[in-house]
Amino acid sequence: MKIAPRRQRLIVTLLVLLHGIVLVGGFVAPYDPIRQDRDRPYAPPARIHFADGPGKFHLRPFVYSQRLREDSFDQYDDDHAKLIPLKFFVSGASYRLLGVIPAKIHLFGADEETVNLLGTDGYGRDLFSRIVYGGQISLLAGLLAAGVSLLVGTIVGSASGYLGGWTDSIAMRLAELCLALPWLYLLFGVRAFLPLLVSPVKAFLIVVITIGVLGWARPARLVRGVALSAKERDFVRAARGFGASNSYILRRHILPQTKSVILTQAAILIPQYILAEVTLSFLGLGIPEPAPSWGNLLSSLQQYSVLSSYWWMYLPAMAMVPFFFGYLALSSTLQEGRSAAKIDL
Amino acid sequence: MTPKCLQAIRRAAWLGVVLTFPHFPCLAEAFPQSQQTSKTEFLVSHESVGKPGGRLVLSLRAEPKTLNPIIAVDAPSREVIGVMQADLIHINRSSQLTEPGLAKSCKVSKDGLEYSIELRRGLQFSDGKPMDADDVLFTFRVYLDEAIHAPQRDLLIVGGKPIEVRKVDAYHVVFRMAKPYGVGDRLFDGLAILPRHLLEKPYQEGKLGQFGGLSVSPAEWAGLGPFRLKEYVAGQRIVLERNPYYWKTDSSGSRLPYLDEIVFLFVPSADAQVLRFQSGETDIVTRLGAENFSVLSRQAHGYSMTDAGPGLEYNFLFFNLNDTKTSAEAARRQDWFRDVRFRQAISAAVDRQAIVRLVYQGRGAALWGPVTPGNKRWANTEIKHPARSLERARDLLRQAGFFWKDGSGGDQMLVDQHSSPVEFSILTSASNADRTKMATLIADDLKQLGIRAQVVPLEFRSLLDRVNQTKDYDACVLGLASFDVDPNSDINVWLSSGGTHLWNPSQAHPATAWEAEIDKLMEQQLVAKSFEERKKSYDRVQQILDENQPFIFLATPDILVGAKDNVGNFQPSVLEPYALWNVENLFWRNASETGGK
Repeated sequence: MKIAPRRQRLIVTLLVLLHGIVLVGGFVAPYDPIRQDRDRPYAPPARIHFADGPGKFHLRPFVYSQRLREDSFDQYDDDHAKLIPLKFFVSGASYRLLGVIPAKIHLFGADEETVNLLGTDGYGRDLFSRIVYGGQISLLAGLLAAGVSLLVGTIVGSASGYLGGWTDSIAMRLAELCLALPWLYLLFGVRAFLPLLVSPVKAFLIVVITIGVLGWARPARLVRGVALSAKERDFVRAARGFGASNSYILRRHILPQTKSVILTQAAILIPQYILAEVTLSFLGLGIPEPAPSWGNLLSSLQQYSVLSSYWWMYLPAMAMVPFFFGYLALSSTLQEGRSAAKIDL
Repeated sequence: MTPKCLQAIRRAAWLGVVLTFPHFPCLAEAFPQSQQTSKTEFLVSHESVGKPGGRLVLSLRAEPKTLNPIIAVDAPSREVIGVMQADLIHINRSSQLTEPGLAKSCKVSKDGLEYSIELRRGLQFSDGKPMDADDVLFTFRVYLDEAIHAPQRDLLIVGGKPIEVRKVDAYHVVFRMAKPYGVGDRLFDGLAILPRHLLEKPYQEGKLGQFGGLSVSPAEWAGLGPFRLKEYVAGQRIVLERNPYYWKTDSSGSRLPYLDEIVFLFVPSADAQVLRFQSGETDIVTRLGAENFSVLSRQAHGYSMTDAGPGLEYNFLFFNLNDTKTSAEAARRQDWFRDVRFRQAISAAVDRQAIVRLVYQGRGAALWGPVTPGNKRWANTEIKHPARSLERARDLLRQAGFFWKDGSGGDQMLVDQHSSPVEFSILTSASNADRTKMATLIADDLKQLGIRAQVVPLEFRSLLDRVNQTKDYDACVLGLASFDVDPNSDINVWLSSGGTHLWNPSQAHPATAWEAEIDKLMEQQLVAKSFEERKKSYDRVQQILDENQPFIFLATPDILVGAKDNVGNFQPSVLEPYALWNVENLFWRNASETGGK
């Protein structure tokens, strides 16, 4: 199989890098994402300077201290007399690296004052930290949900394609039903039946499982198609002739055939499911506040006042772009690889 | 900003008003001299003299459901009806005191049981037909008719019996109550006098409830208010025109209202209303949230924004004090909630100033009781306004048997006597961003006590269902807005039998001693003879509420409105309708101006 190796490698590297940043979010983000600083609501992003007022150059980048204008709710002035140098590897809020290793060192920060690289939200929470931590939740939700739906889809699809008959009919009708379901309303319904007090972890799992389970139909249909054609191939017939069991044939001959379809599907589904989580949280059905997720972060944009007054509240949407771009580019190179492979045969 | 929720609750509170009032000075002396022009006895307004002409455009959040005051309960309907109808005696939204309306004078009998009302001579409905005592009699017959189910009916039952209305002659009507009350004149506010010549026939046929829908033709509908129906375009707007028979004049003697037309556009969301106002399509905008207010203030050109000060809405957190044992979990949580020290501790831990600053952008006031700074007469000044104190909160929790343990994340975790962690959910209405924000701030305040509170925004109807019906909830953030400054407008909230007694509604017997005492005091103020006596009772009610914290009062928003600079006599009040209460006096400073460009 020939695939555009260099481009693909580049894209994969980019994606791994992006995911890596989010994975070590506690280290990259300077502050606790749910810590409120009630004296700094809607602080604009701090501008990073190298040269101060008189034009003196500083090797170490710095920001000016922001002061809330008197009698104002959200207007800040830079205090040009007060320079806050940015420092790297500073000690700050405690967190767990990769969810296990307790740590206190952050990539950057400042000693005396908080520096909000991308501004703050209405509660004075650091937006940069929230985007990074929010990425952990949103990406994990996308990955897990894609995993769930691919797993279910592959099992059902390959069994249905290979076995055919009644199994096939039932599985495919079920898949059609799932595709036709208005899933948004279904989720509204599911949320209404849950108890009020759900821990964030549980809520997260519920979101992941609902998205994943509802999404199995499309990959199942694709996998079924591959299985359907694969079972007529000579090596499968030969294996059957030698008396191989169904499960053996499925495992050894059919499933390997579906690999490229599944990979392409994964590259398509992951961003789709990230977006699904974002949509749900945007509508208040996803991860509950105050835990950050990209959807939660964007939900304040539902208000015209936020939309028109605080441009930095759009930034979580910008953060999603490279991820989606990476995944979609990956899926298209995978697809190219598949068609190239087909021509090769 | 008023979501459906508030309307429903308001309505509940409003319906619950029990109408027995103590003795109040009769209005007769206070009435300004009526001016005799031809036959009509005009009421002379003392606001600045304006110029006639022009059109005022406003937006409504929803289409009014009806123009018929007998069945109207939704806010848009009431707003439109408010400018089309008039009442015998009216509460001045600015002074918060009563004023003459269609009545020229009002005398109260010595025993306080009888109100004799003298009508102005020469009054005409907006279709030119005369109005007299028969219309008043007809109106009250309709309001009191059980088959009609008018929302006003509850207001007219005094001491368990309906008010008796008797005609003396064409201009004199006597109202008789079963129990004495003095300032019953406040009750006449908002009770529109209906046109008998138009409504008697549908009433006899039992069709009054269906009458007066929006599709009614302007010729079939009339009122005594400053404006009358001109045109209704479904889904778009309702247009009202000047009532040429209106009974008020300005001090120069010209007949009010000044404006030729009022147009209500139906604009479904608050944000869209702001955009319409900003683009100049509408001339006045009310019910603004603080965020939108500052957006509009920042870019103001050609219009000005007014902060009328705190209104009557009070927002609060309350716990489920019902005795429902839906589950062992719930019962255990309710044990905490029932402990007054727990509630006091929560109250001490809540940062009210942060709520005012972050939710209302400083355009509001922190609250420690139900009487907001917008209410000029009824606040108990003895109630303390303690600053937030986590120390005090911790002390109270310790006294109540709670203690702290090291949690998983190394944080301190509050646990009860049985070592189970203190966790609960706080319901808010998903459509109300302000209250969701309050709840989020409270949850963060409580985190500092080691309490895990989780905010659960719910669709408003399912929230009310949980609070009132299934009683399956822990805590909830809600707001109530009284129509009037008088404590009676909230009686349904404080009486233990009241349907809006949210923490434990509609009790057969008061569940606690302090609720029983509130019941007694509320009854006392109903029949008290003087304002001072009533005030004393209500002060004590406020004190009991402060001691027991069934509601943990949070904050009240300012009434925020905006109007084009050229609108004259624009004096928004903190009582509803905030901007249109003096609609007959509004005018365009520049006469060539016609609004809504």
